[in-house]
Amino acid sequence: MATLPAYTTPAQKIWHYGLRVLCGFIFFFLVAPIVAIIPLSFSAGDFFTYTEGMLTFQPDAYSLKHYEDALTNPEWTTAIWNSFRIAIPATIIAVTLGTLAAIGLSQRHVPGRRAIMAILISPMIVPLIISALGMFFFYAPLGNFMQDTLRLPQDLVEFIKIVLAHAVLGIPFVIITVTATLVGFDQSLTRAAASMGAGPLRTFFKVQMPLILPGVISGALFAFITSFDEVVVITIIGSQKVQTLPWQMFVGLREQISLTILAVATMMVGFSIILLTTIELLRRRNERLRGLTPS
Amino acid sequence: MNGSTRGGDGYVVFDDVQKSYDGETLVVKRLNLAIERGEFVTMLGPSGSGKTTCLMMLAGFETPTHGSIRLDGRPIDNIAPHKRGIGMVFQNYALFPHMSVAENLAFPLEVRGIDKTDRQSRVQRALDMVRMSGFENRRPAQLSGGQQQRIAVARALVFDPELVLMDEPLGALDKQLREEMQYEIKHIHEELGVTVVYVTHDQSEALTMSDRIAVFNDGQIQQLADPSTLYERPDNSFVAQFIGENNRLVGTVDRVDADVAYVDVNGTVVTALPVNCGDGGGNQTQLSIRPERISLGDAGDNVVDAEVKELIYLGDHIRCRLDVLGNDEFIVKMPNAASANAPTIGATTKVTWSTEDCRALDPAAIAAPKGTT
Repeated sequence: MATLPAYTTPAQKIWHYGLRVLCGFIFFFLVAPIVAIIPLSFSAGDFFTYTEGMLTFQPDAYSLKHYEDALTNPEWTTAIWNSFRIAIPATIIAVTLGTLAAIGLSQRHVPGRRAIMAILISPMIVPLIISALGMFFFYAPLGNFMQDTLRLPQDLVEFIKIVLAHAVLGIPFVIITVTATLVGFDQSLTRAAASMGAGPLRTFFKVQMPLILPGVISGALFAFITSFDEVVVITIIGSQKVQTLPWQMFVGLREQISLTILAVATMMVGFSIILLTTIELLRRRNERLRGLTPS
Repeated sequence: MNGSTRGGDGYVVFDDVQKSYDGETLVVKRLNLAIERGEFVTMLGPSGSGKTTCLMMLAGFETPTHGSIRLDGRPIDNIAPHKRGIGMVFQNYALFPHMSVAENLAFPLEVRGIDKTDRQSRVQRALDMVRMSGFENRRPAQLSGGQQQRIAVARALVFDPELVLMDEPLGALDKQLREEMQYEIKHIHEELGVTVVYVTHDQSEALTMSDRIAVFNDGQIQQLADPSTLYERPDNSFVAQFIGENNRLVGTVDRVDADVAYVDVNGTVVTALPVNCGDGGGNQTQLSIRPERISLGDAGDNVVDAEVKELIYLGDHIRCRLDVLGNDEFIVKMPNAASANAPTIGATTKVTWSTEDCRALDPAAIAAPKGTT
């Protein structure tokens, strides 16, 4: 810890140390609830309490049986599979549309940029329950149309509805991260590419895309997590066929309080940490690419 | 050289081009300019004079509001920028940061579908030309400003374009490097015989490099001429003021006899060469005399009293600031010769210049910004 300069007043000293204590509390309240569930998920018991044996670190008080349940019980494995099956296409749609929208909205000549941006960002701001209700009414006739007129199987229709809904929720994240990277993107690079004979498509894939890729990828991770965590929309417009992990956990909490929920939660925390690490590594790579730029 | 008015023919032709961004004010007003094949033409002017806009229209990044641009006889208004085949060097170099130097140079060749071995040899040749071989695997961020600049020049030339545009390419370099690069670009131009259109606001850069200079102000070409004509025989007071150092005297035309204008400056009548001061009496005019065309002494066409205000020692010459006919910013350059008839501050002396070195111009630029010196 750096020593305080001699001119520090008593009030500044109090503030200096007080700030550290405050920050400590903030971290504690952020992390403690997540940490609390992790040991419990390894419990050999079946209840939401720390047993005597766990607190005295008896080896037989711990087990992996809840993890085994999570990875073998068809209720949970279907939910895991559904989560990925929905999150991946939803992410792909969100990234494609979100990136294109961000690039379009970064052009100065686009009329009404701010208004369009506000509309595209709105799913992030509007309370989720309202979006979900709106989607319910909006997708009902769409689902009926796909089922009755296009004669698509019901399972597929349910799936499409959820994927579209999740894509809409993910788009704002992609737009925001890509727009942020585009701010640092030198537009004269696209002109330079054109002056060398590269058409718009080649310029996009060879020049623009590699440079904004970190923004695109972090947007994709956010969109993925949004879909992966989402419980409100899926409860309202989903059905038995498309139960995802959060849905299953939610139902599980209500109906049978099983420690498998905590095992799944721990795995999701681990998964999120891996994703966040990826973001950080990409950000560093990007800095290496663009860094060192001479003034 | 072919006529430069109303288009005419040439390799690059601006024919009555106008440009307005907002539909009201014209950034470029009725531009006519013909550039010959192999020529080095500089568009010179203060910022906001429309020179960069002209370059961007030629590159295809801006479209003219009116008029047309021809390249090698063909109108290019309907050709997309990436199909014009014009090389370009940008002010900030615009090197691709995620590619190595070699990949940057290979990019235009790749676009043209040139095979790999040919590509490599041409990249090598281009690097040799700018004396940067050995830097193939560096990233642009690992190069200094001057090195990046060289790579940018090499990249604009590597695909053998016949026309290369340069938009203030040396603006970000320090003075010494800038001068070095000026000569280098000039030599590359002479060696390859490409046509170069160069934009700058630095008049000394323009004088050093160009075959011809188009001086822009207020969206119009004020004068299009080779460097010496521009300096020695400016057509109007803007050009006189913008190019090089200039002594101004404001006066009223008394009368114009044959090739001599008699101008009343604060009660003293001096003779000058009438250029665009009008031919009648009573017109306001601005007299323009280069500092090196004035000497201290009492023999010549015009001899007037002067009071020495300031002496600045510059080694090879002494800058002498005088009060002449009410203008106390009157500069005379005196060679630092052994024969010291050096004046002293506060002394009165006489200065002299010949009639043809004193150009009677329009009074318009009296309030105009001072040229860069």
